[in-house]
Amino acid sequence: MRPAETYGGSIPGLQLSELSGWLIVVEGTDGVGRTTHIDRLRAHLERSGYAVAETGLTRSDLASRGIRRAKMGNTLASTAYNLYYATDFADRLEHQIIPALRSGFVMLTDRYIYSLIVRAIARGADPEWIKQVYSFSLKPDAVFYLRIEVPELVPRVLANGGFDYWESGMDIPMGEDLFESFIRYQQRVITELDGLSREYEFHNLDATGDVDEISDDLCKRVTNLLRAGDSGSFGP
Amino acid sequence: MNEAVAPLAAPAWPYPGRLFIVEGVDGSGKSTQLTLLSQWLRSEGFLVVYSEWNSSPIVRETTSRGKKRQLLTPLTFSLIHATDFADRVEREIVPSLKAGAIVLADRYMYTAFARDVARRVDPLWVRSLYRFAPPPTLAFYFRTPLEVALKRILSGRPKLKHYEAGMDLALHPDPSESYRIFQSRILVEYEKLVQEYGLHVMDAVLPVELQQRQLRETIQPLLADVARLQHATR
Repeated sequence: MRPAETYGGSIPGLQLSELSGWLIVVEGTDGVGRTTHIDRLRAHLERSGYAVAETGLTRSDLASRGIRRAKMGNTLASTAYNLYYATDFADRLEHQIIPALRSGFVMLTDRYIYSLIVRAIARGADPEWIKQVYSFSLKPDAVFYLRIEVPELVPRVLANGGFDYWESGMDIPMGEDLFESFIRYQQRVITELDGLSREYEFHNLDATGDVDEISDDLCKRVTNLLRAGDSGSFGP
Repeated sequence: MNEAVAPLAAPAWPYPGRLFIVEGVDGSGKSTQLTLLSQWLRSEGFLVVYSEWNSSPIVRETTSRGKKRQLLTPLTFSLIHATDFADRVEREIVPSLKAGAIVLADRYMYTAFARDVARRVDPLWVRSLYRFAPPPTLAFYFRTPLEVALKRILSGRPKLKHYEAGMDLALHPDPSESYRIFQSRILVEYEKLVQEYGLHVMDAVLPVELQQRQLRETIQPLLADVARLQHATR
């Protein structure tokens, strides 16, 4: 067991020793099956008797509406977007994640600061700066990275409704059309995520494999992690 | 297009325009002084752009929602104001400076450094947050004794807002008393910033017109090669 830690920064008014749950993150690009695996993991953990809560990007009470609106008109410049996402994240950290950890829940998080750091870097932000912005965030107990290569991603995204404007980096844009921009943008995202995976020691999972096998593997790894620290890895 | 502002400040002043900013606690008279300065600069034929704290149309809705519903914590209060400021820097301040305008900003990043740290946000973190902001040509700090500022605000305005009074910090159950404690904390932070960033200190207790004269005399030498509009109303 290790005490709760941040990435160097602090959250005003928070005693890290109050936290006793687990923070589990699932990272990966769009279309790798994060939702499926989180649903299955949640069901598995609840069957084993753990209290589970969930959150994901841009789901904050405070800022999610504003971000959606800004996106509709594509009206915010890039540093402002990065900070808007950070606001949304901080709101969820303080109002969803921390209360759940305080109550000893297993908090499953569909993407975390890493995706936000990557989207900022892909849009030209200084990597050191954006990491510093997120230095107030809690270090998760584990980050599972569902990894895929762009050629394998394309058919999945097409089957799921096609290329999304933002997931294709069309606000930058990186190619002549949606397809080209998608390929380049996602390649950039995957390269950056791979870099963060080494830096922050993610557990990489091959997202191209059999869905049942991946999900069994994920459930097993998380269960072992929870058993290793009876009352949660957060807390003294 | 979304042009990213380099998060690290450029070494030398890279723009044909100028950026003057005013800082100080509520009731320091800084907005009055900036308005007078703006009128003078316009009459001198300069292109003047006025930028106010907390005024980005896209972000404002979220900020006021957070304030109304009291959803903001010191951390999100700090971040949402940085978001607002970033939007203004990228869409208003930097483009205007590139176009050769004189940009006048009522409050700048120093407001966040004073106010957020008074809310116990990490001082180094909040400074790093604002690394994208161009350092101003000159920053004026309107130094006001606490009692003077309090009298100006508390006598004119009956109801203090929740965050304005620092009620989110549970300093005191009475809003006026809470405001007093919060403002005194902010003053302490401002004094640190005077040293750290070399803010130009104005004595905000002096008569308005005298302060204005000092202000104009201070910036005049910095306007030498700034372009003026051709058909100025002189």
